[in-house]
Amino acid sequence: MHSPQSHLEPHASDDWSSKLYRVLKAADVRQMSYVPDAGHSQLIRLFSADRDVTSNVLTTEEEGIAIAAGAWLGGQRSVLLMQSSGVGNCINMLSLPAIGRFPLLMLVTMRGEWAEFNPWQVPMSRATQPSLEAIGLKVMRAESAEDLVETVESAAALAYEADQQIAVLIGQRLIGKKKW
Amino acid sequence: MSVPSQLDRRAAVAALLKNRKDMLVISGLGSPTYDLHAAGDRDDNFYLWGAMGGAALIGLGLAQAQPSKRVLALTGDGEQLMGLGGIATIGVARPRNLDIVVIDNQHFGETGMQASHTGGGVDLTAIAAACGFAATGTMRTIEQVQRLAAQIAEPADGPRLFVIKVLAENPPRSLPSRDAVFIKNRFRAHLGFAAA
Repeated sequence: MHSPQSHLEPHASDDWSSKLYRVLKAADVRQMSYVPDAGHSQLIRLFSADRDVTSNVLTTEEEGIAIAAGAWLGGQRSVLLMQSSGVGNCINMLSLPAIGRFPLLMLVTMRGEWAEFNPWQVPMSRATQPSLEAIGLKVMRAESAEDLVETVESAAALAYEADQQIAVLIGQRLIGKKKW
Repeated sequence: MSVPSQLDRRAAVAALLKNRKDMLVISGLGSPTYDLHAAGDRDDNFYLWGAMGGAALIGLGLAQAQPSKRVLALTGDGEQLMGLGGIATIGVARPRNLDIVVIDNQHFGETGMQASHTGGGVDLTAIAAACGFAATGTMRTIEQVQRLAAQIAEPADGPRLFVIKVLAENPPRSLPSRDAVFIKNRFRAHLGFAAA
């Protein structure tokens, strides 16, 4: 389980979340699955209210990798939202999109790298990118809201049209410092 | 301890799938994949050779993408025990066209026949019922499996999970293709999607 992250500074998330939602809708994403995360909360709300998208709440992140493969078998595009701490849960399940060349788009909010209060988040933060690359994913990273929207647009095209397996890492600085 | 079964797993899976019609089937790694292949290789089979714990959840994504088709995740007790959280996720998602059938020999048959948790008394049907599944059941005879085959062909109010208790043995492997890209493209072509 992950620590709640419920008191973000107001400067960021609503605006980029709405833009990401529009980008993913334009890419014809029909399924969204997620492990709850404050950085993604606005995006989760937008998708959950969308009757044209099926949203699944997960007990652990690797479930979403399998769901995305099933969605593709059935002709739909799926996006998976999680925190960096959840990447560690996914590694073996990522064998499936890697060996089957299933399109995969994961949007990963980073913990443990910028104004983090919880030291237990730091080791997985350090391991996130190398672990994903070791199992064969392409990792893209964004540090500003403008960059993030363009990066996700590009990642969605690469994933769904070129059958790539991609994790977009969303820098913790972009999400804002947590206030407790 | 649970009661041992005398049911042959290959005979049980063949009886389960005898009249599957256009049902889409995902099999979990190890013996369920061999059992599904032994019952007949088909374009609408997707076999796992890895990704342990994922069969039922691939079934969920597929069921949500293809709501007019019945979807069966055919898996083993070891694989479903690894995916216990997925039973909760499927219970909340409540698809009406997904069934999970666990071929339960109460052992980890691929890795030396150590007793599994179901052999130690853990009841997957009770877990599924507690997660809100629409129906559950345990089958120990071929007649019960034949009745289950008819039941899973019919519409349901939500996801269902059934356990078929089988003899703990390793019949000869029946090996489908291990080329996941081929199996994926064949499956999608069956549903009318062009290979990328």
